[in-house]
Amino acid sequence: MLSILGYNAGPLLAQSILGLINGAFYALLSLGLAVIFGLLNIINFAHGALYMLGAVVAWVLLNHLSLGYWPSLLLAPLIVGAFGVILERTMISKLYKLDHLYGLLLTFGIALIVEGLARNEFGSSGMSYAVPESLRGATKLGFMIMPTYRLWVVVASFVMCITTWFVLEKTSLGATLRAATENAALVQAFGVNVPRLVTLTYGAGVALAALAGVMAAPVYSVNPGMGSNVIIVVFAVVVIGGMGSILGSILTGFGLGLLEGFTKFLYPQGSGVVVFVLMVIVLLTRPAGLFGKAT
Amino acid sequence: MELSRRALLGTTAALAATTTTTARAQSKPVIKIGVLNDASGPYRDTGGKSSFICTQQAVEEFASQMNGYTVEVIYGDHQNKPDVGAGLARQWYDRDGVDMILDVPTSSVALAVAGVAKEKNKCHINIGAATADLTGKACAPSIVHWSYDTYMLAKSTGGATVKAGGDSWFFITADYAFGQQLQRDTTSFVTAAKGKVLGAAPYPFPSTTDFSSFLLQAQGSGAKVLGLCNAGGDTVNSIKQAKEFGLDMKIAAMLMFITDVNALGLDVAQGLRLTESFYWDLNEGTRAFTNRVKPKTPDNWPNMIHAGCYAATLHMLKAINKIGPAAAKASGSNIVDAMKSIPTEDDCFGKGVIREDGMAMFPSYLFEVKKPSESKGKWDYYKTVNVTPAAEAWRPLNEGGCYFIKA
Repeated sequence: MLSILGYNAGPLLAQSILGLINGAFYALLSLGLAVIFGLLNIINFAHGALYMLGAVVAWVLLNHLSLGYWPSLLLAPLIVGAFGVILERTMISKLYKLDHLYGLLLTFGIALIVEGLARNEFGSSGMSYAVPESLRGATKLGFMIMPTYRLWVVVASFVMCITTWFVLEKTSLGATLRAATENAALVQAFGVNVPRLVTLTYGAGVALAALAGVMAAPVYSVNPGMGSNVIIVVFAVVVIGGMGSILGSILTGFGLGLLEGFTKFLYPQGSGVVVFVLMVIVLLTRPAGLFGKAT
Repeated sequence: MELSRRALLGTTAALAATTTTTARAQSKPVIKIGVLNDASGPYRDTGGKSSFICTQQAVEEFASQMNGYTVEVIYGDHQNKPDVGAGLARQWYDRDGVDMILDVPTSSVALAVAGVAKEKNKCHINIGAATADLTGKACAPSIVHWSYDTYMLAKSTGGATVKAGGDSWFFITADYAFGQQLQRDTTSFVTAAKGKVLGAAPYPFPSTTDFSSFLLQAQGSGAKVLGLCNAGGDTVNSIKQAKEFGLDMKIAAMLMFITDVNALGLDVAQGLRLTESFYWDLNEGTRAFTNRVKPKTPDNWPNMIHAGCYAATLHMLKAINKIGPAAAKASGSNIVDAMKSIPTEDDCFGKGVIREDGMAMFPSYLFEVKKPSESKGKWDYYKTVNVTPAAEAWRPLNEGGCYFIKA
């Protein structure tokens, strides 16, 4: 057995790995939120519902069109992303000039409607979604059993996060996007279609949520309420990381997963609030978040 | 559009006819039943609209025997919030003339609504909530508890598991009234049978979706049995994840409905043991009942809550027949006293009685979930392992602490 300072480190190590797995979901979800907030200034409360929609679409693809996990991993984000584009064009785009609060209320309303419709159609018990054949099984690590699928979630989410960060921070597309949020009129003058850029960005943020949904489907049951459970924590992640900071939300996502994991081990009753306690501390000491730039 | 004289006359005549029917209907007193449960949240499938449908079914079947009254059934959503539930209960009793509130799952809401019923001496028949306090500390002469409670679940599932050699336990518990009570009741059966409880992880409800951390703690405790003191989606997720992490403990899902088994799928759920007081494929009567309501709720077959709504309504109507609608409308305890004075008999639960403290006494069934190869079709999920007779299934009368029961 492993030991640190005489303590048996096995359980602690196991809990940190579990924390990282949850952190992977937090990171992926908060990434989409951060992209949307950072570039569009919209507090997208519908994010949880769209994450749920990703899982539901994957379930429908499997059960009605016999399309398995791998095609769904691509198709569900595309379908839900397209839905996001429609939402942005028909409703959200009308609110860019108004206070943040309007966008928040609108997207919150959208979330309630989407969840209500899903509940009406699929019930509330949840629907099972099997782990894909190629990712079944588990590895014995000595101190715990690591399901292959969860390992895949961590790796895939990490790759997705780095890619998004790279595109936004290191490519000319990302530079244009960031410029468009700084000064839309100027960028438009250079011949860039800014409204379309903004629409596609929203679509991409939504697609990230849906991707997280597909990855979550085999782990948690596909359930119309799955988004509202996680969205508040994910918002806390974004706030702690610094509203709109891409790198901040990735690191905070994984970090909070770890913190929550330890709390579940040491004091399970506190696992629901530990994230928010940290949020309060961060807001009091660094109002712009850990990685945000003070304005 | 031109209105012809004939059409106008016809409409007037029709209107007159409608008014008369209403007037005639109004001459008979109306008994009003309010079905109150979670219509849109996590417990929607275990109760929800199907509870309303089964209540209506009982009213329809009994319609020809109603003695000088008619019955109206209304439906409301308490959103699993005690304040919403209690508020709606007050409005129903005070303003809308509701005579009986039925179902009310979620123990915290149930206790709030029971408080209102007790204060106003109005009838409340609880089907959906687990808390055994409804016939104990929170009992009232106008309250009946039907179908199941934490004591009965703990005794049937807990007792049988210890007997089968599962003598050391670890609990994963939803940290609110229901989960805590279920853990407490199960613990007392485990320790009474010389078993040991090695630990527990009480988790925040309802915000937890990942149970892997608690499962690992359970594994680390060295206990033989994992007791799940939670319900609905939480139970489903716990079991799924236990399988994923290759947990080599016996799982005792302390509260689980056939709807949850359906959500898990037999692949994952096979071999689990759980307790219900009703299963659609138990006997002639249960099958006949299920066939009658199935067309109205095809995707959600009845569980013990739905069956309870049907059976309790039927029994209440028999009681009202006995005392007459005037006495029934006068006070809730009149109805409940009459319900206690006659034996129950229906397709779902067979013959039974309602005890002085308001507990409806039926046998409880310990079921094992079938293997996929054993299941012959849709919703064919259970085989019966053990039956606890009515007299032994429920908490002894003198142990509940109900104030009007003399020890």
